[in-house]
Amino acid sequence: MYVAVKGGEKAIANAHRLLADRRRGDRSLPGLTIAQLIGQLGLAVDRVMAEASLYDQSLAALALKQARGDMIEAIFLLRAYRTTLPRFGASVPLETGRMQVERRVSATYKDLPGGQLLGPTFDYTHRLLDPDLLNETAEVEEPARRDGEAEAVMRVSDILDREGLIEPDGEMPEDHVPGDLTREPMEFPMPRDLRLQALARGDEGFLLALGYSTQRGYGRTHPFVGEIRMGLVEVEFEVPELGLTLSLGEIRITECQMVNQFKGSAKAPPQFTRGYGLVFGQSERKAMSMSLVDRALRTGEFGEDVVAPAQDEEFVISHCDNVQATGFVEHLKLPHYVDFQAELDLVRRMRARHKPAEETTEHEEAAE
Amino acid sequence: MNTAFADPDHAGPPDAGEEKARRKRDLDLLARASRAELEDLWNGLDDKPAHQRLRGPETGLVMVRGRIGGGGSPFNLGEATVSRASVRLADGAVGHAYRLGTDRRAAELAALIDALAQDAGRRAVIADRLLAPLAERLAAEAAARAAETAATKVDFFTMVRGED
Repeated sequence: MYVAVKGGEKAIANAHRLLADRRRGDRSLPGLTIAQLIGQLGLAVDRVMAEASLYDQSLAALALKQARGDMIEAIFLLRAYRTTLPRFGASVPLETGRMQVERRVSATYKDLPGGQLLGPTFDYTHRLLDPDLLNETAEVEEPARRDGEAEAVMRVSDILDREGLIEPDGEMPEDHVPGDLTREPMEFPMPRDLRLQALARGDEGFLLALGYSTQRGYGRTHPFVGEIRMGLVEVEFEVPELGLTLSLGEIRITECQMVNQFKGSAKAPPQFTRGYGLVFGQSERKAMSMSLVDRALRTGEFGEDVVAPAQDEEFVISHCDNVQATGFVEHLKLPHYVDFQAELDLVRRMRARHKPAEETTEHEEAAE
Repeated sequence: MNTAFADPDHAGPPDAGEEKARRKRDLDLLARASRAELEDLWNGLDDKPAHQRLRGPETGLVMVRGRIGGGGSPFNLGEATVSRASVRLADGAVGHAYRLGTDRRAAELAALIDALAQDAGRRAVIADRLLAPLAERLAAEAAARAAETAATKVDFFTMVRGED
């Protein structure tokens, strides 16, 4: 039952005013600029873009500032903003093979065309807090450079594909139109393209935990990182009024090709199987987790039994969206006075039947 | 991309295919110009033509698609903000522009420049003042990124241990 109750306007207005004050913090310190957030908390901005499913660094940084650094609140803000904009259309699919690579590593081949390019990574750091960063004016060295002809950075999946040792890139039926879960309600079972869209915007922590669970034996897939690459790719868009495909600029993305244990059948010789991860921004943990979960969710294709949470499509896809999840969890704090009154009444009646009536305590009277 | 930007001064015969290719190269470059670079060119023109807005400038979304496995069927990765504008100059030339982001003024300036560049004389000025230096800046930035990345390439070596 819903009963309208009025009141609280003044408290709400003052709470929001207080929020603005706490967000600003100590007035003797300079306010954060959007450029500072993009430049110095870039990976936080990337995560907001990835899980909001909207690539725009400035808006993501604004959302982060407005949310006082609360990632899910920032993601929520950006998701809400995107609903106010018209859609011009869909891009030409990104060509990650033509990426301007800023990082590329493979755990399956030591020497491969293009080499192991570490890029700006936390790997091999000692995870010791750096007191130099306490000083905001400390000088930082310019990056080292190595000039010379850049080698083409070949896909690891293409290397394995030459010998037919790995399944091909995923193909949907010829007349398949890519599904869009922002436009159509979800239905299960879900085709792989829709699952990938859901995973690409899914919560990093949730996907990380699920990916980890497959490694610990809950739906084991024997993964190897065939390749992780991060860098800039062009976004191309067909412009009908010009009859041209224009390049609208570059976005930074992270791609993970997970190579998993082989499958074969009476008809087909054994081949490595694959999981795929693609994420806005620099986010290797998310891309890796996504590729582990993508592979785990392909049980149906490989005739595997669904024995673990990471393999349960409806469970994974229905719970990976943190905006949906937070909406339902956080709604519990909204007034449920009437529902609770009903429960209170019920439990009292049950207790009354359970014990003699004269034992009614002062507490119960006080709650009336 | 880099090859497409290699020659902004390209001046081929007035062939329709050539003109289309020229326009694509210019528009791809204009999408990467900063607002300041576009403003500088526009403010530096001594005879700014009268023009009207045909559409926008407006901001919307483009659904960015990836491919399953990197090269398979397309899937919807997520959206990106895009701003676009279409303008018509007094002489009838129509210009269009699209760029990532929410800078509608930059999109409108780019559309104006696209319209202007359909006149060969104007195009030469635009190439000289904006497109050539812009292509140079972008190439230098890409080269710097590539060199910085190359410096983090692992050179493996093997430790030989023990006798023979």
